[in-house]
Amino acid sequence: MTEERVDKAETLGGSLISNGVSRRTFLKFCSTVASAMALPPAAAKAMAEKLSQATRQSVIWLSFQECTGCTESITRSHKPTLESLIFDFISLDYHHTLQAASGDAAEHAREEAQKKHKGKYILIVDGAIPVKDGGVYSTIAGITNLQMLQDVAKDAMAIVSVGTCAAYGGLPKANPNPTGAVAVSDIVKDKPIINIPGCPPIPVVMTGVLAHVLTFGIPELDSHGRPMAFFGDSIHDRCYRRPFYDKGQFAKGFDDEGARKGWCLFEVGCKGPTTHNACATVKWNNGTSFPIQSGHGCIGCSEPDFWDAGSFYKPLSTGSMNMEGWATGALAAGAAVGVASGLLNSNTKSKAEAKHEPVTLEDMGAKNE
Amino acid sequence: MNEVELLNWARGPGLAYATVFMVFGLTLRVLEILSLGRPKEYAKVRSSGVKEGFRTIIRRNLPEKHCWKYITATYIFHVGLFVVIFFFIPHTQLFKDVFGVFWDGWPNYIIDFFTILSIATMMYVLIQRRVNPARRILSRPSDYFVWLVTFLPLVTGYMAFHRIGPDYTLMLAMHILSVELLMVMLPVTKLVHAVTFAMARYYNGSNAGRKGVKV
Repeated sequence: MTEERVDKAETLGGSLISNGVSRRTFLKFCSTVASAMALPPAAAKAMAEKLSQATRQSVIWLSFQECTGCTESITRSHKPTLESLIFDFISLDYHHTLQAASGDAAEHAREEAQKKHKGKYILIVDGAIPVKDGGVYSTIAGITNLQMLQDVAKDAMAIVSVGTCAAYGGLPKANPNPTGAVAVSDIVKDKPIINIPGCPPIPVVMTGVLAHVLTFGIPELDSHGRPMAFFGDSIHDRCYRRPFYDKGQFAKGFDDEGARKGWCLFEVGCKGPTTHNACATVKWNNGTSFPIQSGHGCIGCSEPDFWDAGSFYKPLSTGSMNMEGWATGALAAGAAVGVASGLLNSNTKSKAEAKHEPVTLEDMGAKNE
Repeated sequence: MNEVELLNWARGPGLAYATVFMVFGLTLRVLEILSLGRPKEYAKVRSSGVKEGFRTIIRRNLPEKHCWKYITATYIFHVGLFVVIFFFIPHTQLFKDVFGVFWDGWPNYIIDFFTILSIATMMYVLIQRRVNPARRILSRPSDYFVWLVTFLPLVTGYMAFHRIGPDYTLMLAMHILSVELLMVMLPVTKLVHAVTFAMARYYNGSNAGRKGVKV
Protein backbone atom coordinates (compact mmCIF):
# COMPACT_ATOMS: atom_id res chain seq x y z
CA MET A 1 0.00 0.00 0.00
CA THR A 2 1.51 3.29 -1.08
CA GLU A 3 1.20 6.41 1.01
CA GLU A 4 -0.88 8.13 -1.70
CA ARG A 5 -3.42 5.35 -1.73
CA VAL A 6 -6.36 6.15 0.43
CA ASP A 7 -7.41 3.42 2.77
CA LYS A 8 -10.83 2.18 1.63
CA ALA A 9 -12.21 2.28 5.14
CA GLU A 10 -11.16 5.94 5.35
CA THR A 11 -13.34 6.90 2.38
CA LEU A 12 -17.09 7.32 2.58
CA GLY A 13 -17.57 4.57 -0.01
CA GLY A 14 -15.52 2.17 2.08
CA SER A 15 -17.32 3.15 5.23
CA LEU A 16 -20.70 2.51 3.64
CA ILE A 17 -19.63 -0.89 2.30
CA SER A 18 -18.34 -1.93 5.72
CA ASN A 19 -21.74 -0.89 7.12
CA GLY A 20 -23.50 -3.17 4.66
CA VAL A 21 -24.85 -0.47 2.32
CA SER A 22 -25.04 -1.66 -1.28
CA ARG A 23 -23.83 0.49 -4.17
CA ARG A 24 -27.37 0.50 -5.53
CA THR A 25 -28.71 2.01 -2.28
CA PHE A 26 -25.90 4.53 -2.23
CA LEU A 27 -26.63 5.60 -5.82
CA LYS A 28 -30.28 5.90 -4.92
CA PHE A 29 -29.36 8.23 -2.07
CA CYS A 30 -27.16 10.35 -4.36
CA SER A 31 -29.98 10.58 -6.92
CA THR A 32 -32.39 11.65 -4.18
CA VAL A 33 -30.02 14.32 -2.87
CA ALA A 34 -29.22 15.50 -6.39
CA SER A 35 -32.89 15.77 -7.33
CA ALA A 36 -33.80 17.36 -4.00
CA MET A 37 -31.16 19.99 -4.68
CA ALA A 38 -32.40 20.43 -8.27
CA LEU A 39 -29.07 19.34 -9.72
CA PRO A 40 -28.93 17.94 -13.29
CA PRO A 41 -29.32 14.10 -13.58
CA ALA A 42 -25.62 13.62 -14.37
CA ALA A 43 -24.78 15.23 -11.05
CA ALA A 44 -26.06 12.18 -9.15
CA LYS A 45 -23.34 9.99 -10.70
CA ALA A 46 -20.68 12.63 -10.18
CA MET A 47 -21.83 13.04 -6.59
CA ALA A 48 -21.70 9.27 -6.03
CA GLU A 49 -18.16 9.09 -7.40
CA LYS A 50 -16.90 12.06 -5.46
CA LEU A 51 -18.68 11.07 -2.26
CA SER A 52 -17.42 7.50 -2.35
CA GLN A 53 -13.87 8.83 -2.69
CA ALA A 54 -14.35 11.55 -0.07
CA THR A 55 -12.14 11.24 2.94
CA ARG A 56 -13.26 11.88 6.47
CA GLN A 57 -14.08 15.53 6.74
CA SER A 58 -13.11 17.18 9.99
CA VAL A 59 -16.06 18.95 11.55
CA ILE A 60 -16.08 21.10 14.66
CA TRP A 61 -19.55 21.61 16.04
CA LEU A 62 -20.03 24.52 18.42
CA SER A 63 -23.20 24.76 20.47
CA PHE A 64 -23.98 28.16 21.91
CA GLN A 65 -27.30 29.59 23.14
CA GLU A 66 -29.45 26.70 22.01
CA CYS A 67 -31.73 23.91 23.19
CA THR A 68 -29.95 20.95 21.53
CA GLY A 69 -33.08 20.46 19.40
CA CYS A 70 -30.99 20.71 16.23
CA THR A 71 -28.72 17.86 17.35
CA GLU A 72 -31.76 15.88 18.46
CA SER A 73 -33.32 16.35 15.05
CA ILE A 74 -30.30 15.01 13.21
CA THR A 75 -29.51 12.12 15.52
CA ARG A 76 -32.99 10.91 16.41
CA SER A 77 -34.04 9.21 13.20
CA HIS A 78 -36.21 6.10 13.60
CA LYS A 79 -33.76 3.74 11.97
CA PRO A 80 -30.21 4.05 10.72
CA THR A 81 -30.48 5.91 7.44
CA LEU A 82 -27.95 6.85 4.82
CA GLU A 83 -28.19 10.37 6.15
CA SER A 84 -27.16 9.23 9.60
CA LEU A 85 -24.38 7.06 8.14
CA ILE A 86 -22.95 10.05 6.33
CA PHE A 87 -23.31 11.99 9.54
CA ASP A 88 -21.46 9.21 11.35
CA PHE A 89 -18.80 9.17 8.67
CA ILE A 90 -17.64 12.74 9.17
CA SER A 91 -14.97 13.21 11.76
CA LEU A 92 -16.90 15.05 14.39
CA ASP A 93 -13.94 16.31 16.38
CA TYR A 94 -15.88 18.38 18.85
CA HIS A 95 -19.54 18.30 19.85
CA HIS A 96 -20.71 18.85 23.44
CA THR A 97 -23.61 16.46 23.34
CA LEU A 98 -22.14 13.66 21.27
CA GLN A 99 -18.50 13.50 22.29
CA ALA A 100 -17.31 11.11 24.97
CA ALA A 101 -14.61 13.42 26.30
CA SER A 102 -15.39 16.12 28.82
CA GLY A 103 -13.67 19.00 30.57
CA ASP A 104 -10.12 19.79 29.50
CA ALA A 105 -9.90 16.73 27.26
CA ALA A 106 -12.85 17.97 25.22
CA GLU A 107 -11.35 21.41 24.77
CA HIS A 108 -8.00 19.86 23.80
CA ALA A 109 -9.77 17.82 21.12
CA ARG A 110 -11.12 21.05 19.65
CA GLU A 111 -7.76 22.80 19.78
CA GLU A 112 -6.06 19.83 18.19
CA ALA A 113 -8.58 19.61 15.38
CA GLN A 114 -8.15 23.34 14.77
CA LYS A 115 -4.37 22.89 14.45
CA LYS A 116 -4.39 19.63 12.51
CA HIS A 117 -7.02 20.63 9.96
CA LYS A 118 -6.25 24.34 9.80
CA GLY A 119 -8.13 25.92 6.91
CA LYS A 120 -9.82 22.62 6.01
CA TYR A 121 -12.37 21.89 8.70
CA ILE A 122 -16.04 22.71 8.49
CA LEU A 123 -17.41 24.64 11.41
CA ILE A 124 -21.00 23.85 12.31
CA VAL A 125 -22.68 26.20 14.76
CA ASP A 126 -26.00 25.80 16.47
CA GLY A 127 -27.30 28.44 18.85
CA ALA A 128 -27.09 32.21 18.94
CA ILE A 129 -24.14 34.16 20.32
CA PRO A 130 -24.77 36.57 23.21
CA VAL A 131 -22.62 39.68 22.84
CA LYS A 132 -24.08 41.96 25.54
CA ASP A 133 -21.77 42.75 28.48
CA GLY A 134 -18.79 41.14 26.75
CA GLY A 135 -20.68 37.93 26.02
CA VAL A 136 -20.73 36.76 29.65
CA TYR A 137 -24.18 35.19 29.35
CA SER A 138 -22.91 31.98 27.79
CA THR A 139 -19.47 30.50 28.30
CA ILE A 140 -17.84 27.13 27.67
CA ALA A 141 -14.78 26.20 29.73
CA GLY A 142 -14.53 29.82 30.78
CA ILE A 143 -14.45 31.04 27.17
CA THR A 144 -17.30 33.19 25.95
CA ASN A 145 -19.23 31.98 22.91
CA LEU A 146 -18.12 35.11 21.11
CA GLN A 147 -14.41 34.41 21.71
CA MET A 148 -14.77 30.73 20.80
CA LEU A 149 -16.59 31.49 17.56
CA GLN A 150 -14.04 34.07 16.49
CA ASP A 151 -11.20 31.72 17.37
CA VAL A 152 -12.56 28.64 15.60
CA ALA A 153 -14.03 30.52 12.61
CA LYS A 154 -10.76 32.13 11.57
CA ASP A 155 -9.25 28.82 10.31
CA ALA A 156 -12.45 27.17 9.07
CA MET A 157 -12.99 26.30 5.41
CA ALA A 158 -16.67 27.13 5.65
CA ILE A 159 -19.29 27.65 8.31
CA VAL A 160 -22.68 25.98 8.48
CA SER A 161 -25.16 27.70 10.78
CA VAL A 162 -27.58 25.00 11.80
CA GLY A 163 -30.94 26.05 13.17
CA THR A 164 -32.61 29.45 13.27
CA CYS A 165 -30.68 30.57 16.37
CA ALA A 166 -27.28 30.28 14.68
CA ALA A 167 -28.62 31.47 11.34
CA TYR A 168 -30.70 34.46 12.49
CA GLY A 169 -30.54 34.72 16.29
CA GLY A 170 -33.76 32.76 16.80
CA LEU A 171 -35.38 32.52 20.22
CA PRO A 172 -32.49 34.09 22.22
CA LYS A 173 -32.68 37.16 19.94
CA ALA A 174 -36.47 37.50 20.37
CA ASN A 175 -37.63 40.77 21.83
CA PRO A 176 -36.40 42.01 24.36
CA ASN A 177 -33.21 40.00 23.68
CA PRO A 178 -31.78 40.25 27.20
CA THR A 179 -28.40 38.72 26.31
CA GLY A 180 -27.82 40.71 23.12
CA ALA A 181 -27.95 37.51 21.06
CA VAL A 182 -26.87 37.68 17.41
CA ALA A 183 -26.44 35.29 14.49
CA VAL A 184 -23.12 33.82 13.32
CA SER A 185 -23.24 36.01 10.21
CA ASP A 186 -23.37 39.11 12.43
CA ILE A 187 -19.92 38.25 13.79
CA VAL A 188 -18.07 36.34 11.07
CA LYS A 189 -17.80 38.33 7.87
CA ASP A 190 -14.87 36.78 6.00
CA LYS A 191 -15.93 33.13 5.61
CA PRO A 192 -18.54 31.45 3.46
CA ILE A 193 -21.58 30.82 5.67
CA ILE A 194 -24.39 28.45 4.80
CA ASN A 195 -27.56 28.94 6.83
CA ILE A 196 -29.74 25.89 7.44
CA PRO A 197 -32.51 27.47 9.51
CA GLY A 198 -35.45 25.71 11.08
CA CYS A 199 -36.49 25.04 14.62
CA PRO A 200 -35.14 22.41 14.19
CA PRO A 201 -33.88 21.99 10.61
CA ILE A 202 -34.82 18.95 8.53
CA PRO A 203 -32.16 16.17 8.82
CA VAL A 204 -32.01 15.44 5.08
CA VAL A 205 -31.48 19.12 4.35
CA MET A 206 -28.50 19.05 6.67
CA THR A 207 -26.94 15.94 5.12
CA GLY A 208 -27.87 17.06 1.61
CA VAL A 209 -26.02 20.32 2.11
CA LEU A 210 -23.08 18.47 3.66
CA ALA A 211 -22.98 16.09 0.66
CA HIS A 212 -23.02 19.10 -1.65
CA VAL A 213 -20.17 20.81 0.20
CA LEU A 214 -18.09 17.60 0.07
CA THR A 215 -18.65 17.10 -3.65
CA PHE A 216 -19.42 20.37 -5.44
CA GLY A 217 -18.58 22.97 -2.79
CA ILE A 218 -20.88 25.70 -1.45
CA PRO A 219 -24.40 25.41 -2.93
CA GLU A 220 -26.32 28.34 -4.41
CA LEU A 221 -27.72 30.46 -1.58
CA ASP A 222 -30.65 32.87 -1.33
CA SER A 223 -30.54 36.39 0.13
CA HIS A 224 -30.75 34.94 3.65
CA GLY A 225 -27.83 32.58 3.08
CA ARG A 226 -30.03 29.48 2.70
CA PRO A 227 -29.43 26.81 0.03
CA MET A 228 -31.85 27.60 -2.80
CA ALA A 229 -32.45 23.91 -3.41
CA PHE A 230 -34.23 23.48 -0.09
CA PHE A 231 -35.37 26.99 0.71
CA GLY A 232 -36.20 28.29 -2.76
CA ASP A 233 -39.94 27.66 -2.49
CA SER A 234 -42.37 28.74 0.17
CA ILE A 235 -44.29 26.14 2.18
CA HIS A 236 -47.48 27.64 0.73
CA ASP A 237 -46.35 27.12 -2.87
CA ARG A 238 -45.71 23.43 -2.23
CA CYS A 239 -48.55 22.83 0.23
CA TYR A 240 -51.03 20.08 -0.64
CA ARG A 241 -53.76 22.22 1.00
CA ARG A 242 -53.09 25.11 -1.42
CA PRO A 243 -56.17 24.41 -3.61
CA PHE A 244 -58.38 25.11 -0.57
CA TYR A 245 -56.68 28.48 -0.09
CA ASP A 246 -57.35 29.34 -3.71
CA LYS A 247 -60.99 28.30 -3.36
CA GLY A 248 -61.37 30.25 -0.12
CA GLN A 249 -62.08 27.17 2.03
CA PHE A 250 -60.55 27.62 5.46
CA ALA A 251 -60.59 25.80 8.77
CA LYS A 252 -61.83 28.26 11.43
CA GLY A 253 -60.55 26.20 14.32
CA PHE A 254 -58.60 23.04 15.00
CA ASP A 255 -61.65 20.83 15.46
CA ASP A 256 -64.31 22.26 13.16
CA GLU A 257 -65.67 20.80 9.95
CA GLY A 258 -63.07 22.61 7.84
CA ALA A 259 -60.24 21.17 9.93
CA ARG A 260 -61.68 17.67 9.58
CA LYS A 261 -61.98 18.12 5.82
CA GLY A 262 -58.35 19.19 5.63
CA TRP A 263 -59.01 22.74 4.46
CA CYS A 264 -56.41 25.51 4.44
CA LEU A 265 -55.09 26.60 7.85
CA PHE A 266 -54.52 30.29 6.94
CA GLU A 267 -57.24 31.55 9.29
CA VAL A 268 -55.81 29.67 12.26
CA GLY A 269 -52.46 31.36 11.73
CA CYS A 270 -50.49 29.34 9.15
CA LYS A 271 -47.37 31.28 8.09
CA GLY A 272 -46.75 29.03 5.07
CA PRO A 273 -47.05 31.87 2.53
CA THR A 274 -44.04 33.72 3.93
CA THR A 275 -41.98 30.72 5.02
CA HIS A 276 -39.26 29.14 2.90
CA ASN A 277 -38.38 25.55 3.72
CA ALA A 278 -38.63 22.02 2.35
CA CYS A 279 -41.12 20.65 4.92
CA ALA A 280 -43.94 20.30 2.38
CA THR A 281 -41.80 18.26 -0.03
CA VAL A 282 -39.16 16.40 2.02
CA LYS A 283 -41.35 16.12 5.14
CA TRP A 284 -40.29 14.80 8.54
CA ASN A 285 -39.70 11.42 10.19
CA ASN A 286 -38.55 9.68 7.03
CA GLY A 287 -41.07 11.46 4.85
CA THR A 288 -44.06 10.62 7.06
CA SER A 289 -45.66 14.03 7.58
CA PHE A 290 -45.13 17.68 8.32
CA PRO A 291 -46.94 20.14 10.63
CA ILE A 292 -49.63 21.21 8.15
CA GLN A 293 -50.39 17.57 7.29
CA SER A 294 -50.82 16.96 11.01
CA GLY A 295 -53.37 19.77 11.22
CA HIS A 296 -51.28 22.62 12.61
CA GLY A 297 -50.33 25.72 10.68
CA CYS A 298 -46.72 26.48 9.79
CA ILE A 299 -45.16 28.74 12.45
CA GLY A 300 -42.53 30.09 10.05
CA CYS A 301 -39.56 28.72 12.02
CA SER A 302 -37.04 28.99 9.18
CA GLU A 303 -37.52 32.73 8.74
CA PRO A 304 -35.57 35.46 10.55
CA ASP A 305 -37.30 36.97 13.59
CA PHE A 306 -40.20 34.52 13.47
CA TRP A 307 -40.63 34.77 17.23
CA ASP A 308 -41.33 38.48 16.90
CA ALA A 309 -43.84 38.16 14.07
CA GLY A 310 -46.84 37.97 16.40
CA SER A 311 -48.97 35.04 17.49
CA PHE A 312 -48.62 31.69 15.75
CA TYR A 313 -52.42 31.51 15.79
CA LYS A 314 -53.27 34.85 14.20
CA PRO A 315 -53.69 35.02 10.42
CA LEU A 316 -50.88 36.53 8.41
CA SER A 317 -53.23 39.27 7.19
CA THR A 318 -53.75 40.62 10.71
CA GLY A 319 -51.50 42.85 12.77
CA SER A 320 -48.83 41.18 14.82
CA MET A 321 -49.42 43.52 17.77
CA ASN A 322 -52.37 43.24 20.08
CA MET A 323 -54.65 45.86 18.57
CA GLU A 324 -57.37 45.53 21.18
CA GLY A 325 -57.94 48.98 22.63
CA TRP A 326 -55.86 50.84 20.03
CA ALA A 327 -58.80 51.55 17.73
CA THR A 328 -61.14 52.32 20.63
CA GLY A 329 -58.59 54.66 22.18
CA ALA A 330 -58.10 56.47 18.88
CA LEU A 331 -61.88 56.75 18.47
CA ALA A 332 -62.26 58.26 21.93
CA ALA A 333 -59.35 60.66 21.40
CA GLY A 334 -60.69 61.69 17.98
CA ALA A 335 -64.15 62.28 19.48
CA ALA A 336 -62.73 64.36 22.35
CA VAL A 337 -60.62 66.56 20.05
CA GLY A 338 -63.50 66.75 17.56
CA VAL A 339 -65.95 67.99 20.22
CA ALA A 340 -63.38 70.45 21.59
CA SER A 341 -62.73 71.78 18.11
CA GLY A 342 -66.51 72.02 17.53
CA LEU A 343 -66.95 74.08 20.71
CA LEU A 344 -64.12 76.37 19.63
CA ASN A 345 -65.67 76.81 16.20
CA SER A 346 -69.09 77.46 17.66
CA ASN A 347 -67.58 80.13 19.90
CA THR A 348 -65.94 81.80 16.90
CA LYS A 349 -69.24 81.57 15.04
CA SER A 350 -71.19 83.19 17.89
CA LYS A 351 -68.69 86.02 18.11
CA ALA A 352 -68.87 86.57 14.35
CA GLU A 353 -72.68 86.59 14.51
CA ALA A 354 -72.62 89.08 17.40
CA LYS A 355 -70.41 91.38 15.41
CA HIS A 356 -72.53 91.02 12.31
CA GLU A 357 -73.88 94.29 10.98
CA PRO A 358 -76.40 94.46 8.15
CA VAL A 359 -74.85 95.78 5.00
CA THR A 360 -76.86 98.40 3.20
CA LEU A 361 -76.65 99.36 -0.41
CA GLU A 362 -75.10 102.64 0.67
CA ASP A 363 -72.31 100.73 2.39
CA MET A 364 -71.54 99.10 -0.91
CA GLY A 365 -71.18 102.45 -2.63
CA ALA A 366 -74.62 102.75 -4.23
CA LYS A 367 -75.83 106.30 -4.57
CA ASN A 368 -79.40 107.50 -4.28
CA GLU A 369 -80.26 109.18 -7.45
CA MET B 1 -33.79 46.20 6.67
CA ASN B 2 -34.64 43.01 4.80
CA GLU B 3 -38.07 41.94 3.54
CA VAL B 4 -38.84 39.93 6.69
CA GLU B 5 -38.12 42.89 8.97
CA LEU B 6 -40.15 45.12 6.64
CA LEU B 7 -43.13 42.76 6.84
CA ASN B 8 -42.81 42.48 10.61
CA TRP B 9 -42.77 46.27 10.89
CA ALA B 10 -45.72 46.63 8.52
CA ARG B 11 -47.78 44.04 10.43
CA GLY B 12 -46.71 45.38 13.79
CA PRO B 13 -46.03 49.03 14.64
CA GLY B 14 -46.86 50.23 11.11
CA LEU B 15 -50.38 48.86 11.20
CA ALA B 16 -50.95 50.09 14.75
CA TYR B 17 -49.82 53.66 13.92
CA ALA B 18 -51.84 53.76 10.70
CA THR B 19 -54.98 52.45 12.41
CA VAL B 20 -54.72 54.93 15.25
CA PHE B 21 -54.07 57.83 12.87
CA MET B 22 -56.95 56.87 10.58
CA VAL B 23 -59.54 56.29 13.30
CA PHE B 24 -58.48 59.43 15.17
CA GLY B 25 -58.40 61.55 12.02
CA LEU B 26 -61.73 60.38 10.62
CA THR B 27 -63.55 60.76 13.94
CA LEU B 28 -62.11 64.23 14.41
CA ARG B 29 -63.01 65.38 10.90
CA VAL B 30 -66.55 64.02 10.96
CA LEU B 31 -67.30 65.50 14.38
CA GLU B 32 -65.73 68.82 13.44
CA ILE B 33 -67.80 69.07 10.26
CA LEU B 34 -70.99 68.10 12.10
CA SER B 35 -70.36 70.56 14.91
CA LEU B 36 -70.04 73.45 12.46
CA GLY B 37 -73.80 73.25 11.90
CA ARG B 38 -75.55 75.47 9.41
CA PRO B 39 -74.90 79.13 8.75
CA LYS B 40 -77.53 81.54 9.99
CA GLU B 41 -80.43 81.85 7.59
CA TYR B 42 -80.90 85.45 6.55
CA ALA B 43 -83.66 84.65 4.11
CA LYS B 44 -86.99 82.95 4.74
CA VAL B 45 -86.64 79.16 5.05
CA ARG B 46 -88.79 77.59 2.31
CA SER B 47 -88.59 73.94 3.24
CA SER B 48 -87.17 71.69 5.92
CA GLY B 49 -84.66 70.46 3.34
CA VAL B 50 -84.89 66.83 4.46
CA LYS B 51 -86.48 65.60 1.26
CA GLU B 52 -84.05 67.54 -0.91
CA GLY B 53 -81.13 66.26 1.15
CA PHE B 54 -81.98 62.61 0.64
CA ARG B 55 -82.88 63.26 -3.00
CA THR B 56 -79.42 64.67 -3.59
CA ILE B 57 -77.71 61.66 -2.03
CA ILE B 58 -79.53 59.44 -4.52
CA ARG B 59 -79.49 61.81 -7.50
CA ARG B 60 -75.73 62.27 -7.37
CA ASN B 61 -75.32 58.53 -7.50
CA LEU B 62 -76.85 58.44 -10.94
CA PRO B 63 -74.66 58.94 -14.02
CA GLU B 64 -75.28 62.11 -15.96
CA LYS B 65 -76.08 61.72 -19.63
CA HIS B 66 -73.12 63.73 -20.91
CA CYS B 67 -70.45 61.76 -19.07
CA TRP B 68 -72.10 58.44 -18.29
CA LYS B 69 -69.07 56.40 -19.37
CA TYR B 70 -66.72 58.20 -17.00
CA ILE B 71 -69.17 58.14 -14.11
CA THR B 72 -69.98 54.47 -14.67
CA ALA B 73 -66.28 53.64 -14.64
CA THR B 74 -65.84 55.45 -11.33
CA TYR B 75 -68.78 53.54 -9.88
CA ILE B 76 -67.36 50.25 -11.04
CA PHE B 77 -64.04 50.87 -9.33
CA HIS B 78 -65.75 52.12 -6.17
CA VAL B 79 -67.87 48.97 -5.99
CA GLY B 80 -64.80 46.90 -6.84
CA LEU B 81 -62.79 48.52 -4.08
CA PHE B 82 -65.62 47.94 -1.61
CA VAL B 83 -65.86 44.25 -2.50
CA VAL B 84 -62.09 43.71 -2.48
CA ILE B 85 -61.53 45.54 0.80
CA PHE B 86 -64.41 44.06 2.73
CA PHE B 87 -64.91 40.58 1.25
CA PHE B 88 -61.45 39.16 0.55
CA ILE B 89 -61.15 36.49 3.25
CA PRO B 90 -57.74 37.54 4.64
CA HIS B 91 -59.13 41.11 4.93
CA THR B 92 -62.17 39.93 6.88
CA GLN B 93 -59.71 38.40 9.32
CA LEU B 94 -58.10 41.80 9.79
CA PHE B 95 -61.44 43.49 10.54
CA LYS B 96 -62.27 40.71 12.95
CA ASP B 97 -58.94 41.23 14.67
CA VAL B 98 -59.06 45.03 14.91
CA PHE B 99 -62.76 45.76 15.34
CA GLY B 100 -64.05 42.41 16.59
CA VAL B 101 -66.75 42.16 13.93
CA PHE B 102 -66.90 39.29 11.51
CA TRP B 103 -68.71 38.50 8.33
CA ASP B 104 -68.11 35.81 5.70
CA GLY B 105 -65.72 36.59 2.89
CA TRP B 106 -66.19 35.67 -0.75
CA PRO B 107 -64.28 33.09 -2.84
CA ASN B 108 -61.02 34.26 -4.32
CA TYR B 109 -62.12 34.11 -7.97
CA ILE B 110 -64.84 36.71 -7.28
CA ILE B 111 -62.30 38.95 -5.54
CA ASP B 112 -59.92 38.44 -8.44
CA PHE B 113 -62.58 39.53 -10.91
CA PHE B 114 -63.34 42.71 -8.97
CA THR B 115 -59.63 43.48 -8.52
CA ILE B 116 -58.98 43.34 -12.26
CA LEU B 117 -62.15 45.34 -12.91
CA SER B 118 -61.08 48.00 -10.41
CA ILE B 119 -57.55 48.23 -11.81
CA ALA B 120 -58.86 48.55 -15.37
CA THR B 121 -61.49 51.18 -14.55
CA MET B 122 -59.06 53.18 -12.41
CA MET B 123 -56.65 53.30 -15.34
CA TYR B 124 -59.49 54.37 -17.64
CA VAL B 125 -60.43 57.13 -15.20
CA LEU B 126 -56.81 58.32 -15.05
CA ILE B 127 -56.52 58.41 -18.83
CA GLN B 128 -59.79 60.33 -19.05
CA ARG B 129 -58.45 62.83 -16.55
CA ARG B 130 -55.55 63.55 -18.92
CA VAL B 131 -57.47 63.33 -22.22
CA ASN B 132 -60.48 65.46 -21.36
CA PRO B 133 -59.39 69.15 -21.37
CA ALA B 134 -61.86 70.21 -18.67
CA ARG B 135 -60.83 67.43 -16.32
CA ARG B 136 -57.17 68.05 -17.01
CA ILE B 137 -57.49 71.71 -16.04
CA LEU B 138 -59.46 70.86 -12.92
CA SER B 139 -56.98 68.20 -11.82
CA ARG B 140 -54.38 69.16 -9.25
CA PRO B 141 -51.28 67.22 -8.24
CA SER B 142 -53.16 66.04 -5.14
CA ASP B 143 -55.76 64.39 -7.38
CA TYR B 144 -53.10 62.27 -9.04
CA PHE B 145 -51.59 61.56 -5.65
CA VAL B 146 -54.83 60.21 -4.17
CA TRP B 147 -55.35 58.16 -7.33
CA LEU B 148 -51.92 56.62 -6.84
CA VAL B 149 -52.48 56.00 -3.13
CA THR B 150 -55.70 54.13 -3.98
CA PHE B 151 -54.21 52.29 -6.95
CA LEU B 152 -51.10 50.94 -5.20
CA PRO B 153 -52.84 48.61 -2.71
CA LEU B 154 -54.86 47.09 -5.55
CA VAL B 155 -51.83 46.37 -7.71
CA THR B 156 -49.54 45.20 -4.89
CA GLY B 157 -52.33 43.04 -3.47
CA TYR B 158 -52.97 41.44 -6.84
CA MET B 159 -49.25 40.86 -7.38
CA ALA B 160 -48.79 39.38 -3.91
CA PHE B 161 -51.76 37.03 -4.26
CA HIS B 162 -50.63 35.78 -7.68
CA ARG B 163 -46.95 35.56 -6.71
CA ILE B 164 -46.00 38.13 -9.36
CA GLY B 165 -42.89 40.14 -8.63
CA PRO B 166 -39.74 39.60 -6.64
CA ASP B 167 -40.83 37.65 -3.57
CA TYR B 168 -44.10 37.04 -1.77
CA THR B 169 -42.84 38.29 1.59
CA LEU B 170 -41.64 41.55 0.02
CA MET B 171 -44.82 41.94 -2.03
CA LEU B 172 -46.98 41.34 1.03
CA ALA B 173 -44.94 43.91 2.96
CA MET B 174 -45.33 46.41 0.08
CA HIS B 175 -49.07 45.70 -0.04
CA ILE B 176 -49.57 46.26 3.68
CA LEU B 177 -47.38 49.39 3.61
CA SER B 178 -49.34 50.79 0.65
CA VAL B 179 -52.58 50.17 2.56
CA GLU B 180 -51.10 51.94 5.59
CA LEU B 181 -50.27 54.93 3.36
CA LEU B 182 -53.89 54.91 2.18
CA MET B 183 -55.10 54.73 5.79
CA VAL B 184 -52.94 57.68 6.80
CA MET B 185 -54.00 59.72 3.77
CA LEU B 186 -57.69 58.98 4.27
CA PRO B 187 -58.44 61.73 6.81
CA VAL B 188 -56.06 64.36 5.44
CA THR B 189 -56.88 64.31 1.72
CA LYS B 190 -60.08 64.33 -0.30
CA LEU B 191 -60.15 60.58 0.26
CA VAL B 192 -62.09 61.52 3.39
CA HIS B 193 -65.15 61.37 1.11
CA ALA B 194 -65.18 57.65 1.92
CA VAL B 195 -66.96 58.58 5.15
CA THR B 196 -68.29 62.07 4.42
CA PHE B 197 -69.83 61.71 0.96
CA ALA B 198 -73.37 60.99 2.16
CA MET B 199 -73.51 63.78 4.72
CA ALA B 200 -71.89 66.27 2.33
CA ARG B 201 -74.45 65.48 -0.36
CA TYR B 202 -77.27 65.70 2.13
CA TYR B 203 -76.00 69.06 3.35
CA ASN B 204 -75.81 70.51 -0.16
CA GLY B 205 -79.23 69.17 -1.12
CA SER B 206 -80.98 70.29 2.03
CA ASN B 207 -79.29 73.69 1.86
CA ALA B 208 -80.61 74.18 -1.62
CA GLY B 209 -84.04 72.96 -0.48
CA ARG B 210 -84.15 75.42 2.43
CA LYS B 211 -83.43 78.25 0.03
CA GLY B 212 -86.24 77.08 -2.20
CA VAL B 213 -84.07 75.66 -4.98
CA LYS B 214 -85.58 72.66 -6.70
CA VAL B 215 -83.29 69.64 -6.63
